[in-house]
Amino acid sequence: MGHTFGYLKVTIIALCAAVAAVIAPAAMAQEEAPAAEVVEEVAEAAPNSAYAPMAPTADKGMPTAFEDGALKSMTFQDQYTDTGAYALGMHNYVLMPVITFISLFVLGLLLYVIVRYSRRANPVPSRTTHNTAIEVFWTILPVLILVVIAIPSITLLARQYETPPEDAITVKAIGYQWYWGYEYPDHGGFEVISNMKKRENLMEGEPFQLAVDNRMVVQADTPIRMQTTGADVIHSFAIPSLWFKQDAIPGRLNEKLIDGIPEGVYYGNCTELCGTLHGYMPVTIEALPRDKFEAWVLEQGGELPGEVVAEAPASEGEADTAEPAEVALAD
Amino acid sequence: MATTAEGFQAHHDDDAHAEHTPSFFARWFMSTNHKDIGTLYLIFAIIAGIVGGGISGIMRAELAEPGIQYLYWWAGASEGDLAAAGHMWNVFITAHGLIMVFFMVMPAMIGGFGNWFVPLMIGAPDMAFPRMNNVSFWLTVVGFLSLLFSMFVPGGGGLGAGVGWTVYAPLSTTGSVGPAVDFAIFSLHLAGAGSILGATNFITTIFNMRAPGMTLHKMPLFVWSVLVTAFLLLLALPVLAAAITMLLTDRNFGTTFFDPAGGGDPVLYQHLFWFFGHPEVYIMILPGFGMISQIVATFSRKPVFGYLGMAYAMVAIGVVGFIVWAHHMYTVGLDVNTKMYFTAATMVIAVPTGVKIFSWIATMWGGSLEFKSPMVWSLGFIFLFTVGGVTGVVLANGGIDDNLHDTYYVVAHFHYVLSMGAVFSMFAGFYYWFPKMSGRMHSELLSHIHFWLFFIGVNVVFFPQHFLGMQGMPRRYPDYSEAYAFWHEISTLGYWITALSLIPFFVNIGYALFAGRKPGNNPWGEGATTLEWTLSSPPPFHQFETLPVIEDHHDYHNHMPAGAQPAE
Repeated sequence: MGHTFGYLKVTIIALCAAVAAVIAPAAMAQEEAPAAEVVEEVAEAAPNSAYAPMAPTADKGMPTAFEDGALKSMTFQDQYTDTGAYALGMHNYVLMPVITFISLFVLGLLLYVIVRYSRRANPVPSRTTHNTAIEVFWTILPVLILVVIAIPSITLLARQYETPPEDAITVKAIGYQWYWGYEYPDHGGFEVISNMKKRENLMEGEPFQLAVDNRMVVQADTPIRMQTTGADVIHSFAIPSLWFKQDAIPGRLNEKLIDGIPEGVYYGNCTELCGTLHGYMPVTIEALPRDKFEAWVLEQGGELPGEVVAEAPASEGEADTAEPAEVALAD
Repeated sequence: MATTAEGFQAHHDDDAHAEHTPSFFARWFMSTNHKDIGTLYLIFAIIAGIVGGGISGIMRAELAEPGIQYLYWWAGASEGDLAAAGHMWNVFITAHGLIMVFFMVMPAMIGGFGNWFVPLMIGAPDMAFPRMNNVSFWLTVVGFLSLLFSMFVPGGGGLGAGVGWTVYAPLSTTGSVGPAVDFAIFSLHLAGAGSILGATNFITTIFNMRAPGMTLHKMPLFVWSVLVTAFLLLLALPVLAAAITMLLTDRNFGTTFFDPAGGGDPVLYQHLFWFFGHPEVYIMILPGFGMISQIVATFSRKPVFGYLGMAYAMVAIGVVGFIVWAHHMYTVGLDVNTKMYFTAATMVIAVPTGVKIFSWIATMWGGSLEFKSPMVWSLGFIFLFTVGGVTGVVLANGGIDDNLHDTYYVVAHFHYVLSMGAVFSMFAGFYYWFPKMSGRMHSELLSHIHFWLFFIGVNVVFFPQHFLGMQGMPRRYPDYSEAYAFWHEISTLGYWITALSLIPFFVNIGYALFAGRKPGNNPWGEGATTLEWTLSSPPPFHQFETLPVIEDHHDYHNHMPAGAQPAE
């Protein structure tokens, strides 16, 4: 929850932003900003828009403890995007069998020569030093194995680099020392400031050091044009259950597609060393159905894309409803 | 002991005291003798290893359970001061990485074993530039001191440089105020300069000072490995020097090489760093490959299988090692074609590496294996390096790396190839050559105990880290979500086993020096056929005053004078 920005005009947004900038980095708490009262009023004024953070599902979008599933704690998190599922499949059905086989094959050969060619078993060593056939064989065979690996690997890269479709939702994650900001350029350009939650503020089922006060909310089952940049030093935006990681670098705007993710909460971290509190700037994504997402956008002070053009009157109407709030605050 | 090797030796043993060895200070502080400098390097590497290994103990203790337990104390901060604890943590990871890479593995492999055995194996009296050899060593020492000093001056969030061994800008420029990072960078300048001088020395020595008749294709594989390593050093280190000099000017003189506000680019630093950094990982492992080849051949009593393939596989690894650097940067926003290229190029390295693994096994195939301490460490090396290698093939895939980059999977991977690959080969080399260097035999029992404790310990430390990485646990975190607790606890348990294994190691050295029996010229029997085994143990202060001659009947495997095979 935290310091949501009312659906107000520039002055108030600026006020809230200033409050957020002062409070957010210092306290990873959800101290209510002075503007909160205004938010309440707006929420009442626009029914059905009240946003409450979704409770996470155990084992979904978060790491699994050994105690909750020994095998699950030893492999990748379940994947919730098509690309992630493809990558996981490639790992589980191509890479893992190949590397397990090679390791065991080498171990087997070592154990065999240890037993078969020990000094006791074979007192007189052979003098063989060359065998062109076998040398060619063990050069060609790895090449073939690598070609087999390269095919799905190149396919995976091509999928990850598909250009996001026109209707994709754009979210720009900005890495700060040491919290994330999520800007929504298609939705009026508001920015949500996201800090790690203190232990005492966790809701039921939320993992400590992964949960945040203000989540990055997106629309479920819709492609996301994920942009990252850094405000001070390099950070990295990573969500293991979406098979996604992209550095947030000052002076650069990186962009990559996250294909549609189902409703739910997904946790991640900053994964590029960024200074003293590097370990304490987690990422939480919440995917909501369209109506709830749009309500959330409005609640944040954003606007819905296309609305201004297609439904200009409606947009104006909503602006009207905001008017009294501003007055109220001014009073 | 009456071997016909006498012809290769400068003096008979009973003449040794007539050799006018210099006084203590002149011998150890102004040394120009490759064996003494090698010994200094080895002692230095052991000391640096204790410091670097001690720091990993602090880190594993901290990570044993969730929450911050010890960092507040180390930082001298009050309970709950997360920023101070976090900075202290970053200082530890930085120091651990830099110490182990620049002041433990490199000095031991190249400075220690390279200095000691390259001249002996090629039949040279010393290195080409003995005085420069001494400069290389002392530059490394002052580099280490500069790094240690950096831990006691301000570096932004507290004392010390907390920027990681990669020293990425802008965290290392605008992100870290204070002289600590400057001293850490200067330490790399010093160590790097020492290594560049060392590399020129090795290249000159190997090209110009081989015994008559020892062609490149008759050279022992360890010498080949040091030759390739020296070229990698010579080509890679100046790039690092340039990159970190630009860091210094960005920090202190207002340049903006890596600052976008002035038209620079932080990613440029990463390209420069990894253009050095990737060859660097081969610099750390290639001499190990060379040692393993010598040891496997010795204890199989059989020449290395596929000698030319082995030598040129190392050359190939060295060459390809220069064109794969961006696989360390898969997440910086490379375009898709670049990422596909680096994926393909990186996987190519698996081919010459596979050739080496299979050739070692083929060397043992049909051999008559004796499981002395150097051999068991070599067998451990071959298996563990394979495990580290195959996870490298996983990471090579740019698309797969998106989920593994900067996680514990990467930590597990590079510790399997370094703290198991490189370190196992160093212990193998140490036990192989310790009798030659010291003139005393170590205890086989203690070295086997050392092996088994270390083998179990490092696997318990690092195997679970694959699981943590796949579950999403990031690197360089002082703390973590509770779900990761179990495997972290196991990993820390492994650290204590590993630390325990060093007790038999040090006891063994002490035992050997005070009570070890004398090994004679060649304690390892007929399989040991390179020139160092023709000399006394320890070799005379100056060897090969009459150069040995490699005759037509000699091949790459056997350099012993005719009829010199000691019966042992």
